[in-house]
Amino acid sequence: MGDVLVFAEYQHEHFPKSTLVAINAGLEMARKRGVQCVVAVLGENLDALAQKAARYGAAKVIALEHPALKNYLADAHAQALANLVKTIGAEYVMATATARGKDLMPRLAARLEAPMASDIITINDDGSVIRPMYAGNGMALVEMDGPVKVITVRSTAFDAAPESSSPSPVEKAAANIDQASLKMEFVGFNEIKSDRPQLTEARIVISGGRGLKSGENFTTVLEPLVDVVGAAMGASRAAVDAGFVPNDLQVGQTGKVVAPDLYIAVGISGAIQHLAGMKDSKVIVAINKDEEAPIFSVADYGLVADLFKAIPEMTEEVRKLKQA
Amino acid sequence: MKILVPLKRVPDPATTIRILADGTGIATDNVKWVINPFDEIAIEEALRIKERLKTGEVVLLTIGQSNWQEQLRTGLAMGADRAKLVVNDQPLDTLAIARVIAKIVAEEQPQLVILGKQAIDDDSNQVGQMLAELLGWPQATFASKVDIEGERCTVIREVDGGLETVAFPLPAVITTDLRLNEPRYASLPGIMKARKKELKEIPIGSLGLDLTPKLKIKELKAPPKRQAGRKVGSVEELVKLLHEEAKLI
Ligand SMILES: Cc1cc2nc3c(=O)[nH]c(=O)nc-3n(C[C@H](O)[C@H](O)[C@H](O)COP(=O)(O)OP(=O)(O)OC[C@H]3O[C@@H](n4cnc5c(N)ncnc54)[C@H](O)[C@@H]3O)c2cc1C
Ligand SMILES: Nc1ncnc2c1ncn2[C@@H]1O[C@H](COP(=O)(O)O)[C@@H](O)[C@H]1O
Repeated sequence: MGDVLVFAEYQHEHFPKSTLVAINAGLEMARKRGVQCVVAVLGENLDALAQKAARYGAAKVIALEHPALKNYLADAHAQALANLVKTIGAEYVMATATARGKDLMPRLAARLEAPMASDIITINDDGSVIRPMYAGNGMALVEMDGPVKVITVRSTAFDAAPESSSPSPVEKAAANIDQASLKMEFVGFNEIKSDRPQLTEARIVISGGRGLKSGENFTTVLEPLVDVVGAAMGASRAAVDAGFVPNDLQVGQTGKVVAPDLYIAVGISGAIQHLAGMKDSKVIVAINKDEEAPIFSVADYGLVADLFKAIPEMTEEVRKLKQA
Repeated sequence: MKILVPLKRVPDPATTIRILADGTGIATDNVKWVINPFDEIAIEEALRIKERLKTGEVVLLTIGQSNWQEQLRTGLAMGADRAKLVVNDQPLDTLAIARVIAKIVAEEQPQLVILGKQAIDDDSNQVGQMLAELLGWPQATFASKVDIEGERCTVIREVDGGLETVAFPLPAVITTDLRLNEPRYASLPGIMKARKKELKEIPIGSLGLDLTPKLKIKELKAPPKRQAGRKVGSVEELVKLLHEEAKLI
């Protein structure tokens, strides 16, 4: 039986919570299979990052360095990672189902002629996994055959790996890349900067829907509440499609999956595609003027009200609480 | 330019999905079947590219049962030129689907394959990326804008934290995100014309591929149901509950 290899994604020299989730899921898989969990970091000049990756209890961290890995590109990354899988004889290759994990891992699977399970929520003792299908309306028990299996994990379904007292040994390896075969070029990244907590990491998420009616209302009505509560902001697809807020705030089946301690849905009807991205939140609050809105069927606390009256009021109430 | 669009037939996203009690799948009575929404976006993008370049051909492909013809006809009615149906009724995994598409790509030699980013039934989000690797082509997943100039393609991708731009030479694989375009409806003349367009059926066995699935769904179960809570009477009461009972604010 081969080891478990985890692809450690990073941004700005930092491992987000989603990466620590992948490491923890990798550790769990390794424990259940009686093998070791190895973490792979890909890029250029990885000394500092590799040391950071060594804090989470993996048996080993491997830093794969190559100029072609400077920016993330699917072709170079899939090649380098596939070569590493073969070198160390890994049986499971795991990452989190972030935009990058979703982009890379299927390409890797094809290169290794391996089956792949996306967005899994449970690892069973025999190595089988459970994953949602049909926008979370079905939970599939999935078995994979073959010497290598590829998995992405749902970030809300596993905890982040805790810091370990002893650092993992770090190894450097030259990435084996056939540069002539690479065709993709990174042109640029238009980053949306925000001082708010990350949507997928926040303890509280407040999302707005079409009911907000405009981008300006997001700013003037919803954001004051978001900020006084210290929440992350999310949105429905309708709000994103209408251009009220950037695309990376979309919560749902085809957007981000979140499961904060508290999720407040404002002016969101609760279509199944939206519920798929938030119904595992611990406490759900819905504020909607339509008492028949399906969002109320999953809400712990429902308030039937006009949001343009309720949200400023709520902002004021919370502000009073915080000052008290 | 020749563009291949692989599409899947899925339950209409507005359908309420019921899981069969024996765990073998979903109840299919009362299900309305449609083209996977992301694949409709793929068809639309292919048609727009053809219209922009004023030349080319849009070929649809589906791997499914004979009655998936219906969705291919809809795509033809939107304006695609012809279609291929690889007839299959065995369970296939994503890698097998990608292999079949790769085989058709070898026959058709398109310069671009546009797929949906994800089929909304299996929610895998895999086939496009797998296909790109099997072909050794560049990939641009989650596309929200596609520009083609000569043999060079530039794509804006929806990724975590913003928008990323990548570029590459053709041929290539692109997968669509929701904001790439708004698919057109099939017009009445389009529907009439579609009846006469070529729709070729190919038995999957004739492709000579080993398609034994390596991933098997053993059981499909309904998720635990979330209990609906209660309605509160006022903002004041809501904040009080969140503060004192839930202790979250
Ligand atoms: C392929 C596909 C993928 C999709 N993926 C996603 C996804 O990932 N995420 C997602 O969210 N959706 C997704 N959708 C879309 C989904 O089906 C719904 O259309 C969408 O979630 C609706 O957004 P909404 O609730 O903001 O808008 P609406 O359904 O229009 O609801 C607006 C709500 O606001 C309320 N409202 C209006 N004015 C006020 C007011 N003054 N005060 C209080 N309440 C008010 C209304 O009562 C209504 O309930 C997808 C759809 C498809 C087909
Ligand atoms: N049976 C199929 N026939 C043709 N294309 C398919 C099929 N299954 C998936 N695809 C394509 O692959 C995309 C991604 O599907 P998936 O990886 O299953 O989420 C879809 O949006 C389709 O474009």
